[in-house]
Amino acid sequence: MAAPIRILLAKVGLDGHDRGVRIVARALRDAGMDVIYSGLHRTPDEVVTVAIQEDVDILGVSLLSGAHMTVFPKIFERLRQQGADDMIVVAGGVMPDEDVAALKAMGVKEILLQDTLPQVIVDTLRRLVAERGPR
Amino acid sequence: MRPALARIYRLAGRAHIVGITGVPGSGKSTLVGKLAQKLRARSMRVGIVAIDPSSPYSGGAILGDRVRMSELATDSGIYIRSMATRGATGGIARAALDAVDILDVAGFETVIIETVGVGQDEVEIARASHTTVVISAPGLGDQIQAIKAGILEIADIHVVSKCDRSDANRTLTDLKQMLTLGTAGTAAKEWITPVIATSSVSGQGIDELLDAVGRHRHVALATELGAQRALAIAEFRLQKTAENLLLGRYAKIVVENSKPLALRLMRREGDPYTLADELLNSSLQTEHEHDARSKIA
Repeated sequence: MAAPIRILLAKVGLDGHDRGVRIVARALRDAGMDVIYSGLHRTPDEVVTVAIQEDVDILGVSLLSGAHMTVFPKIFERLRQQGADDMIVVAGGVMPDEDVAALKAMGVKEILLQDTLPQVIVDTLRRLVAERGPR
Repeated sequence: MRPALARIYRLAGRAHIVGITGVPGSGKSTLVGKLAQKLRARSMRVGIVAIDPSSPYSGGAILGDRVRMSELATDSGIYIRSMATRGATGGIARAALDAVDILDVAGFETVIIETVGVGQDEVEIARASHTTVVISAPGLGDQIQAIKAGILEIADIHVVSKCDRSDANRTLTDLKQMLTLGTAGTAAKEWITPVIATSSVSGQGIDELLDAVGRHRHVALATELGAQRALAIAEFRLQKTAENLLLGRYAKIVVENSKPLALRLMRREGDPYTLADELLNSSLQTEHEHDARSKIA
């Protein structure tokens, strides 16, 4: 049996809304994944450290505060410094459509906006890990 | 991976392995976070292996222990690894002890294993750690609970958490009385099991707990009791590994062969013992045939 997909779900910055991310965590658990939850108010630095220590397949960052254009560049910079820029990074939450292209250009693999069905999230993450191939 | 782990195991053996166990919600993760902070203040490097349960249905898991240790996230003297039980039932994940070895070799002087939230019977941690801390939360039992066999017997150190709550004194008294009744196991002269009241809110008792862990480390390193423990740990590791290898070898074949026999068991055409015997024999048969075929090939 293949090892379960490991994912870190992280909340970054002052954003204190975590009901959404907890629903996603539950959906991923029920899809057989190992889900590590960071808790609220983490810094980009902390999130990257945790993702590396936990050796996750995917770093999923949930943001509803509008800080995504500030937070993601910091996360990618830190991943590069740590030599972990091959990590799959996914964004979830509320982000304006016009930022989606910019986030993708930065390296965010998928942006799963607020109306995405849980099954679509599961399928997307499985596809991203399958595309990456075994490590 | 096995050659790497073999090399690591031979190099390991320097770290003090501390097991922390207790019922779900008793405050294990929070206390581990506080302990790690204090150990850092004494410039010790701390590795933490934190275990949470896998779902018996989907196999997935929520690993939430880190949420309670958030102050530690970017300190390079602390390494936290979360693990899911993946069907293991003794309170610790199968790969946990390999992870402990890796942290040991990486130079973490203290490695804390935080078990999954346990019930009454998950006592493997006592045979995987030098020092076992059992956490009891107030309000969960009486004197009868306190004299039951199982989890409470394995403690080298008892902690009553959340001692800022008014009913904590009762739990403290019950545990202390229980310890005065004991004649087996814990009656060794080298070590008297302390009962420590802690509060992660006020910080009360954390230093006292750290001192007790330090004193017990000395017992583990320098006494006959510690030597016996070291042998028990090695014995457990060997048996557990053999058990896992055996499971890995037979699980697939047993699962493949079990359907028709389960049907017969459901219809009460046989009893569980006879049919399990049959299942094992037919599985061994399948394995022999497989071996023979691979030899010819």
